[in-house]
Amino acid sequence: MKAELIEVQNFLKRYPPFNTLPDDTLHWVADNIEVGYFKAGTQILEFGQDIDALHVVRSGAVEVFRRNGDLYNRMSEGGIFGEYGLLRNRQIRFPAKALEDSLIYFIPEPIFAELFESFESFADFVEIEDSARLRSAVSRHEQANQLMASEVKNLITRPPVCIEAQASVRDAAILMSEESISSLLIMQSPVSDTDYGLPKMVGIITDRDLRTRLVAKGLDYTTPVSDIMSTDVITIESSQYVFEAMMTMLRYNLHHLPVVSYHRPVGVIAISDIIRYESRNSLYLVGSIFRQNSVEELGALLPEVKACFIRMVNEDANSRMIGSAMAVIGRSFKQRLLELGEAKLGPPPVPYCFLALGSMARDEQLIITDQDNAMILDNRFDPELHDGYFKALAEFVCDGLAVCGYTYCKGDIMATNARWRQPLDVWEGYFKEWIDNPTPESLLNSSIFFDLEGVWGELKWATQLNQLIARRAKKSPLFLACMARNSLNRTPPLGFFKDFVMEQDGRQNNTINMKRRGTAPLADLIRVHALAIGSQARNSFDRLRDILETDILPRGRGQDLRDALELIALVRIRHQALALEKGEEPNNNIAPEHLSDFERKNLKDAFQILSNAQKYLKFCYQSNR
Amino acid sequence: MLYLGKSNTSSIHREDTTLDWSQFYEASALSAKDVRLKAFYSESLPHGKTPLERIDFVALDFETTGFDPIKNGILSIGLVPFTLRRIQCANAKYWVVRPRAQLDHASVAIHGITHSDVQSAPDFMRIVDHLLAALAGKVVVVHHRGIERPFLDAALRKRIREGIAFPVIDTMELEARLHRVAPTSFLDKLLSKEPVSIRLVDSRTRYNLPYYQQHHALTDALATAELLLAQIAHRFSPDTPVDALWL
Repeated sequence: MKAELIEVQNFLKRYPPFNTLPDDTLHWVADNIEVGYFKAGTQILEFGQDIDALHVVRSGAVEVFRRNGDLYNRMSEGGIFGEYGLLRNRQIRFPAKALEDSLIYFIPEPIFAELFESFESFADFVEIEDSARLRSAVSRHEQANQLMASEVKNLITRPPVCIEAQASVRDAAILMSEESISSLLIMQSPVSDTDYGLPKMVGIITDRDLRTRLVAKGLDYTTPVSDIMSTDVITIESSQYVFEAMMTMLRYNLHHLPVVSYHRPVGVIAISDIIRYESRNSLYLVGSIFRQNSVEELGALLPEVKACFIRMVNEDANSRMIGSAMAVIGRSFKQRLLELGEAKLGPPPVPYCFLALGSMARDEQLIITDQDNAMILDNRFDPELHDGYFKALAEFVCDGLAVCGYTYCKGDIMATNARWRQPLDVWEGYFKEWIDNPTPESLLNSSIFFDLEGVWGELKWATQLNQLIARRAKKSPLFLACMARNSLNRTPPLGFFKDFVMEQDGRQNNTINMKRRGTAPLADLIRVHALAIGSQARNSFDRLRDILETDILPRGRGQDLRDALELIALVRIRHQALALEKGEEPNNNIAPEHLSDFERKNLKDAFQILSNAQKYLKFCYQSNR
Repeated sequence: MLYLGKSNTSSIHREDTTLDWSQFYEASALSAKDVRLKAFYSESLPHGKTPLERIDFVALDFETTGFDPIKNGILSIGLVPFTLRRIQCANAKYWVVRPRAQLDHASVAIHGITHSDVQSAPDFMRIVDHLLAALAGKVVVVHHRGIERPFLDAALRKRIREGIAFPVIDTMELEARLHRVAPTSFLDKLLSKEPVSIRLVDSRTRYNLPYYQQHHALTDALATAELLLAQIAHRFSPDTPVDALWL
């Protein structure tokens, strides 16, 4: 009678990559399995030894080492090892040792080879290095939300309708009616060789412009369109994502956005095009933030913010979309509070710029977040005369943000702190001091200022500070070394077991803080590289893109970091959304038993990438002291 | 393994530790009348001084209709060959056989083998060739020696009027050596200290072996093989002579 090893089969069924195999295949694998027992401390695989089977941890725990003796990985029930050797020259590259008393299932090489040949999912899982496994996990996820991650060009339904700059507004209006469109691109014939003989887009007019700039002003219908058009047109590249188009339109309050490809307009998208794609929630929420007339009314929107977050998670948005949508919402709260504050306190005595710092400036905000903000004041600022006003405004905004769910910053990095409410030249002095005379201590609490964005008022001052940072930081090896040193303060854990987190020093913890141990050290690390190359990008993914272009990272590492960041951020986001759905207060702590096998396996890979990247960073920016 | 610790009914099996199993096999190969038994004994057993690392083992488990080898019968047989290095499931075997004895409801509840399963199953004699071939020349491993050896002996006696004997390594007895050295002391009884359980499941847990569903002859055979590997890894050197373990 056919032997049926039910226990073996049921076990394999619970773990990847076996859980993707059909039942009769699993049955066959189980029937051919071999079993071995290893007492804690005994060697399972020696370097250079021949290997004849894929190893699966049935019970216990196993440590895998690099050739130099460094610990490479630790695995528990369901973990597989030995695949490198099997796929290469059948020799062990990574020796393995039993950490606990362990029972190992061996899948003999001929069986392994057959599975590898016949099942793509199995091959995908074992074939490639861990980082690549992670990448395919991330790309599978990306495929799942194609709609959200769609490129702008997918929204274009027709070529742009254009008119010459010399044409009359009447001709423009006739053309718009004929074509049933509400905007028109204004083109100018080529004037110089640099235009390559192609007409150049110089402006845009919309229905609204005809109303407000022509009819309401009583201008003649023969007025050239160039007189009423908007110039300095904001555009978007056709290969950018739909959500980026949405963010651009929200930020600049646009209803029509020309899409360009190689500087040539290829279409125009209207806000209604995006609504078809994007969850209405975040758009409408931003709209309603600007309609509220008191702090209390703004605070009452908090449930909607949470609902919007949950909805984006459930719609499989990627971490970048969620991060930037939440940042836009947070920014809108600030802007509306400043409007309300100015209405209450009167116009500012001197111009100012209100700054967002940290995750909001990076467009990586999540649902629970501190408010980190500051103010740049005009250089004519006189504390005696003006500070009463700005102090009151800062308090109004920060108290208001607290009502809206953004807790006060524990480190007191808020505009209410006089130190962070200073004229532009003082700010420039701060940055020069931080960059030119750095110590790890002085930078410990100021790294947040290196993610900075203006949200209200004289935005150009924020840009000026960013340019100063980009110029100076890359020339100061000592500064980079200090930033690098600080960014290594927070390390990722080594791995996860069923119910505990394994730390690099062998300690065990019950939970892991995904921000402190994952997204934050990643953002820190990426920031150092970005500063080193003088990138002015703030979003970690944008910074990575800039970093990739410079080739300062070993090949493939930038891509790995991107995937690791995406995965860790998504796990963090998903667990927060789950908590919100259960009516609990979301936080950043996750207990390993609440992770799926998929998450656990991939997180381990992601943390490995972070850990390697930290080692590389340390090597790159060693201070000479 | 079905019923533990209650049976001592069989007087047939030999537990004389001074017995030289090799000599016994040689003699039986000559004296056995049945051709199958003759073949079984002719496949020479490893010498008692052979180190464990060179032994071919076979873990054996029966599910039975009860615990008395005379009154009750074998229902299913699972066996898994192995060496110290590895257990080879590819050569595992499993049979359900039709017992002559009644199959009562209580035992159906335990092993899950039903009346209709046994109705279509072959008689023990139909598979005995395969069974003996799988055991011949190997060292049999069981958990609690009161079942497999006595039941196999009795099943053959009932059918061919000739019994069988072979050494076994009993993983339960190996646990007892460790945990039942002294009889439960008066103090332990006074403090109602539970004796350490040497049942298969509990013994496995002590060696960090996973929980397996019980009362399936093949799974139990695998579980027994794993337990012996664990016991040897923890307590015996691979060059220990096999006669230090077998009975």
